[in-house]
Amino acid sequence: MGMTKGWKLYDPRLAWMLVAPVLLLLLLFLLLPIAVMGVYTFFTFVTAGVETSALTFANWKEFLTDSYYHGFLLKTVRVGAMTAIICAVLGYFPAYFIWATTFRHKWLLLLLLIVPFWISFTIRTFSWIHILGEQGIINVTLLKLGLIDQPLQMLYTEGAVIMGLLHFLLPYMILNVYVSLESIDRTLISAARSMGCTSAQAFREVTLPLSLPGLGAGLLLCFVLAAGSYVTPQLLGSGRDALFGNLIYDTIMGQLNWPMGATLSIVLFVVLGCFAAAYTRYMGMSQIVKGLGG
Amino acid sequence: MKISTTKRLERLNERYGNGDISRRSFLTLTAAAAASVGLSTPWIGRALAAATEVRFDGWGGVVQEAIDKYAFQAYTQKTGIKVVQGTFGDEDEIITKIKTSKPGDFQVIHSSGVNYYIKYVNAGVNSEINEANIPNMANVLAPMIEPFRKITPKISAVPYDYGTTGIAYNNKVISDDEAKEKGVGLLFDKKYAGKVGGYSDMTTRVWYAALQSGQDPNNIQDMDAVWAKVRENRDLAKKFWSSGAELMDLLSKGEIVVTDAWSGRVAALQQQGHPIGYIDPKGSYAWMEDMLVLKGSPMPECEELINFMLEPATSIAVAEGQNYPPSLDPTKVKLGDKIPTLPAFDPTGSMKALTFADPVYWATNEDAWNKQWDRISKGA
Repeated sequence: MGMTKGWKLYDPRLAWMLVAPVLLLLLLFLLLPIAVMGVYTFFTFVTAGVETSALTFANWKEFLTDSYYHGFLLKTVRVGAMTAIICAVLGYFPAYFIWATTFRHKWLLLLLLIVPFWISFTIRTFSWIHILGEQGIINVTLLKLGLIDQPLQMLYTEGAVIMGLLHFLLPYMILNVYVSLESIDRTLISAARSMGCTSAQAFREVTLPLSLPGLGAGLLLCFVLAAGSYVTPQLLGSGRDALFGNLIYDTIMGQLNWPMGATLSIVLFVVLGCFAAAYTRYMGMSQIVKGLGG
Repeated sequence: MKISTTKRLERLNERYGNGDISRRSFLTLTAAAAASVGLSTPWIGRALAAATEVRFDGWGGVVQEAIDKYAFQAYTQKTGIKVVQGTFGDEDEIITKIKTSKPGDFQVIHSSGVNYYIKYVNAGVNSEINEANIPNMANVLAPMIEPFRKITPKISAVPYDYGTTGIAYNNKVISDDEAKEKGVGLLFDKKYAGKVGGYSDMTTRVWYAALQSGQDPNNIQDMDAVWAKVRENRDLAKKFWSSGAELMDLLSKGEIVVTDAWSGRVAALQQQGHPIGYIDPKGSYAWMEDMLVLKGSPMPECEELINFMLEPATSIAVAEGQNYPPSLDPTKVKLGDKIPTLPAFDPTGSMKALTFADPVYWATNEDAWNKQWDRISKGA
């Protein structure tokens, strides 16, 4: 072909040209803004909405010495981890079912997983108010059945926040595990069975270990997304249930203190980045790419 | 030096005419110049559109619906100038957006009075209004304009309405007599633990804590006592709401039975038939709102819009729709039957019956108090 004359399919020049636009976009819209935020962490806060470029370590000093921030950082990691683990426990079985089923229209099951994404995330979060609230469906039903005298306090609690996060993140976990299961060579399971394994043993010895990369990728993805969320705690939690993202929001939008807000943002970015780096070190990032593409 | 596209094309044409450049180069360069026009069109388009469009950002909900219905639609019909609208739940949110945008992206803001006016002035984003272009300002209450003039003699905002943040309560649970007797104390009543609400805003929280601790909110002597009261109220509260819509939702669904609340939103709930009572206890927090014009706005169009909004017929219709009394002087303009019945309405026009926040006092303390409130709201 005339147009590809001189090019080979695996030509590194072609590869660079193909990724160049994306690299440029990443540089302009991801790395550069993060760098600007990094610089902002050294700016001086004057008053709400006003800062000067006089460089200072005051923001970092405040973060490092104030236990208020450390407490929220630990809490954010804890809520993120709890959400990810519950997602793993709840998500593995549906993924396994979709993989193992002999139902002819498997695509329908996968479609059902994606359907929630058709509705705005904020609206999905708001819907919990009508389920968990005092006038919500659970309380109204329990009251009508006479099982309780007073409505249960479910909304505006940490439980409600985790529930909202699970609702949002579960499909990510299921898809990741499913993709991992799909890549297992089924003859391995047959081999295990033919060598005398019970089906439970075959699952424990073959299927589960081989699906661990997907489970790990799902855990990381759910953890990072949960720990970085701020809409869910804002809508379903009380002030005490705020996560680190809410602290950042309030510092930037409420106190109009951009230098401190930038400092907190960089902190969260670095902390979540460390978890992702640790994961890459032990599991490899390719699994997440597979899961998202799956 | 920067030259305009027209100039560039003229020069090219001249050089071509002089035989300085070949036909081929001329066409190439002309095409390049034309392409640069094409690329810059989005920005040019915006600048040109400014004359036929005014951008307005307000509080959304029933308030903005009223403004849109009675003021903007009529204004567009009369002048052909479209009002492009945005909303915010918290004014700090729009200040952040303004800080990150170009002058002129945001133009007219339905702002919360002098406390916020200082923030725009500090950030250097306020404009200077030509009052001669707003003849209807003659009808605006002088005591409402004065505080703005104290901050900037040449003002960039015109007061538009006022209201109070009083105490709203569910009549099914709390009687009018109980509310009158307890007043501010209702927000601190252990009997209603877990059913109390409040505006998630430092000024409101500190204001009511100051009243409850027996202090003047405009001259607090014992701040520790105030923070202790803020914490006491927090521990009784189910949720601090952050928008008028959320307030109406929490009250009407019975999630909370007592809260500090914006008078107009409560009036709207009452008109919808919800059993909600409202009182303004002594020292109740009064506030005003203004139409603020930002730097970089098309001033004549914005001034015309504000003048149109201040037309008595428009202003009264908006006030009746949003349930907040207008800034028009009741001794100069007949305000009809409904407005005098609205909560917070001052028939004397002196505004002496209402307690507004002292802008300088609050601005001095705002940064530190906001930070402290943020922490207390999160359980500190």
